[in-house]
Formats: sequence, structure tokens, C-alpha cells
Amino acid sequence: MHTKAFWPTPRRLGYHMNWVGMIAALVVCFWALVAVIGPMLSPYPPGEIVDFDYYGPISAKLWMGSDYLGRDIFSRVLMGARYTVGISLAAVCLACISGVVLGMTAAVVGGWLDTGLSRFLDALNSIPSKLFGLVMVAAIGSSIPVLIVLLGVIYTPGAYRFARALAVNINTMDFVTVARARGERTGYLVTREILPNITGPVLADLGLRFVFIVLLLSGLSFLGLGVQPPNADWGSLVRENIGGLPFGAPAVLMPSLAIASLTISVNLLIDNLPVKIRDRSE
Amino acid sequence: MVPAPIFPKGPAMNPQIVRLVLGRLGVALVTLLIVSFVVFAATQMLPGDVVEILLGQAATPEAVAALREAMHLNDPALLQYGRWLIGLAQGDLGMSYANNLPVAGMIGGRLANTLMLAAVTAAVAVPVALFLGITTAMHRGSVYDRIVTTGIVAVISVPEFMIATLAVLVFAVWLKWLPALSFANDVTSLAEMLRVFAMPVITLCCVISAQMIRMTRAAVIDALTMPYVEMALLKGASRRRMVMRHALPNAIGPIVNAVALSLSYLLGGVIIVETIFNYPGIAKLMVDAVATRDLPLIQTCAMIFCLGYLTLITLADIIAILSNPKLRK
Repeated sequence: MHTKAFWPTPRRLGYHMNWVGMIAALVVCFWALVAVIGPMLSPYPPGEIVDFDYYGPISAKLWMGSDYLGRDIFSRVLMGARYTVGISLAAVCLACISGVVLGMTAAVVGGWLDTGLSRFLDALNSIPSKLFGLVMVAAIGSSIPVLIVLLGVIYTPGAYRFARALAVNINTMDFVTVARARGERTGYLVTREILPNITGPVLADLGLRFVFIVLLLSGLSFLGLGVQPPNADWGSLVRENIGGLPFGAPAVLMPSLAIASLTISVNLLIDNLPVKIRDRSE
Repeated sequence: MVPAPIFPKGPAMNPQIVRLVLGRLGVALVTLLIVSFVVFAATQMLPGDVVEILLGQAATPEAVAALREAMHLNDPALLQYGRWLIGLAQGDLGMSYANNLPVAGMIGGRLANTLMLAAVTAAVAVPVALFLGITTAMHRGSVYDRIVTTGIVAVISVPEFMIATLAVLVFAVWLKWLPALSFANDVTSLAEMLRVFAMPVITLCCVISAQMIRMTRAAVIDALTMPYVEMALLKGASRRRMVMRHALPNAIGPIVNAVALSLSYLLGGVIIVETIFNYPGIAKLMVDAVATRDLPLIQTCAMIFCLGYLTLITLADIIAILSNPKLRK
């Protein structure tokens, strides 16, 4: 194609995406961008009291009203994106990488390693996630690195189970048998034979798990056990302003809407991923 | 050819079913043991010296050493774990660090409150969810189906506290039907009880019925693709008869399984709902215990929750085994 400005739209790259997926992708990209440059866009410093009225309404000056101390909610939501998206993204990467590595290794090695690991991680999986979070926060306290590791550990068993099921299927394929007959090591089998064949589903699973982690992180913060003041993610913002709920203050509603827009968009994006145009099978 | 009877002959059950069910119960027991170990290890082994928290200002080295000895904290970890487990099995739940009351006494009434909330929620949510799940499957692809399924995706992907805050906004702030965030401990009349229960129950119902509708719908749709259902259609059965008489009896197993699984979502919901509505239940007790780092109370509450969760999951699995027609002789 010899157009002057070649802009790699999905269609030019040979992909088709429906409009629901398009909108969802835009919202996800928007929040990712806000997480990176959000504080630069905020009209006021997030910690500064700018309004004498607490739980103020939406106005031209304060786009999302003011919170229980009279701080600008819009600036605080922009700042909170950094914590919600950042912590969740780090945790989901941790969970999926460890889950996928363990899952593939268990499937390839098999034997007692597979049985033992599966049993143990299944047992971990049968502790309700919110409860696990509560117990661990009670024991070790709450800071951002702890939260990342904790959320990562809570969602590792799920990622493990998913990756193992995929890897077990690939493991029975002829090319793996051939590689094994060539005398390749486990590391080679896992990285060169199994991994490239499960990347797609694993990435979709990563998206779903990201939603779970955002929800759990917000839930913990809402209980006052997640991100601690003076920092605030979206769950903490809802918690600190819950007193405004009887008046229907926008300070409660706006951070909740931010969470909902992110999680619903990620879900919709996964359900409407771009499909290759030539591939009419689905 | 003799047609296979639908139910197992006589009182004797299929030995394969008995073996599978017993195996499942065994797995549940082992899991409970591992879970108890994780809970114990997390709360007991990790940094933060209990004794120093307990003594506070009076934490002289001698007092710390003496109390450590008195609380058997110098014993090997496994011994402590064993002692804790035996105490738990005998109903000795230890003393709360915060106010030195026996944990069993603190939990008793609160557990009843939480179970009451769960029972009311289940009584409301299960019939509604089954109705919606079955009717959406019957009218798959219709506008009604699409509205319900979109609503489910929305409910599943937002946090529970958001559903609670929306319920408050709608029913208390805009419609002014119910009180906002108060819980009256002295309930005198039935009307008052309804008002108090309404908001937590509405929230929890949304949380658990979303999953239940989704799984019920999937189970019925699955049954509707079977050849015998098509046969019923070809014979001229009405859509209603096709679903009610032919598909549904065979989907009962998966549906009951789905109901038991969805009820396990109550746990996550109940923690948020009791906190937001200030409901005097066991989850609120546990969240408060986490804030004060009251370890014996946390351990007991965690074990009660895990036990409830495991019971529901195991029940779901056993129902799935029992309802599998391939296992009938």
C-alpha cells in the first residue's frame, strides 16, 4: 500500500474488530495512558484542599465534585489510576508468569512434581480470595510491594491450572515427542515447543485475571486494608468518601464508575478481540 | 435389548459412585488440613511479635520472655500447629487478644446473624436466578435474553461495594424507601426486620444470582442441544413442554451444581456487605479483628469461612457425581 501516511489500523494489518471491542480498547488505552501521565493532567494537586464545601457537587471548577475534605475528586481519580492499574498490572504479570512457568513445567515433567504441585495449588485455590487477602494483610500489614506479591500469589493457582491444562494438550503432540526424542532438555521443551503454542489463550486469561485482581484490590482498599493513606487507589477513594453516600455525593460515585469502566471494558475487549480477516472459521 | 433403568436398582448404590464420593470427601479433608496449615502459618509464623503487641507499654524483656513461655510460643512450630488444631477440633478456640474474652463466645451470636443473612439471600436469589436462567435459555438470542446477559456481565465485572452503593443510592437516596447505612440491633416488628434486611439482601442477591443465572442458562442451553430434545421438537412439542419435560430433568444435576457453586460467592460478598451496612455478623467481626490484629479471632473466622466454602464446593462436586447418568448401572 502506497498511501502517504501509513497508519497501522487493525484493518490494514489484516485484522477485523467490531465496534464494541473498539470502544472497549479505547477505554482500556485511555486508563493506561492516565496511569502513566495522569498527574500531569490533573487541574489541582491531589492532596490539596481546594473547596471549603465538602462533598461538593459537580461544577465547572471541580469536574467530579469535592471529597470529604474538599479536595478535587477529578485529580484524585487521575492519581488513583496509577495505583489501581499499576498494582494490578504488576500483580497479574507476577501471577501469570509464575503460574504459566509452573504449569508448563508440571505438564512437561509430570510425575510426582505434577501431582504434588497440583494438589497444593488446588488447596490454595480453595481459600476464598478475599479471605486470603484479609488473613495475609492481618499478618504482614499492607504496603504496595506486599499487595503486589499477595495479589500475585492469590491468583497464581488459577493461572497455573489454566496453563497446565493447555500445556498437557500440547505435550501430547507429535512435535513435542520428536523434540523429546532428539534429547532436548525440559527448558527447551517448555520455552520453544510449548510456550509459543499457548500464548494466545494465556494472554486472554491474563486479561480476565487482571479484572479479578482489580476487583480484589479495590475490595481490600475499600475495607481499609489495601493501599494506605496518603496514597489512594479507586477503592480507597470510595472508602474515604462513603460518608457522602446518604447525600448521593459524586465523590462516592465517580471512583466506582472509574473501576466499573475499566473492568467492564477489559471484559468486553477479551470477548471481542480482533480476528484475522482471512480466518473465517470462527 | 433391555433399556437401562433410570434409577439404580434396589437400595444398594453403585460402588463406583460410592468410591467417587468418598474420594471427593477425602480430597476435601486433605484440602481443609492444608488450608488450616496455611491459615495458621500465615497468622502465627510471620513477623510481628504477638507478645509485644499484647503487652504494649509493659513489654519489658522479662515480661516478654515469661509470656512467651506461658503461651507456648517457644515450642516448635509443628507442635504449636498440632495443639491449635486439636483445640479447634475440640471447640477450644482460644482467647481474643483484644479483650481477653473466649473467641467461641464472641462468635456464637454473630455466626447466627451471618447464617440468617445467607439463608434469606439464598431463599430470595435461588428462585429468581433459576427463573431468569431457564427463561433466558428458552428465549436465547431474544431482546430479553440480551438485556439479562448484558446485565450479568456488568454485575460480574464491578466490585461488590459498588452494587451496594448503587442500591443505597437508588432505594435510600432517590426513592427514600429504606434507611441508608444504619443497622438497628433492636428489631421489634416484622416490618422493621424487612427494612433492615432489605438492602444487604438486595446487594448479595445481585452478586450471587449473576453467577447462578449464567451457569443455569449454560446448563439448560447445553441440554437443549441434545438429540432427544430435537426429537421432541420434531414430534411437535411446544417450546415450553420441550424445556420443562425433556431438557430440564436432565439439566437438574448441572443446575444444582451451579447453585451450590454460586452460593460460595456469598463469602466474598458477605465480607463487603456486612462492612458497608454495619451488619453485626461474623465477617464484620473478622474485618475488625484484622484492624486490631487479633490473631485467634482471625484464625477462627478464617477457618469458619474456609469450612463453609469447602462444604459448598464439595457439595457441588458430589451433586455432579450423583447426577451423572453415565455412573448409573
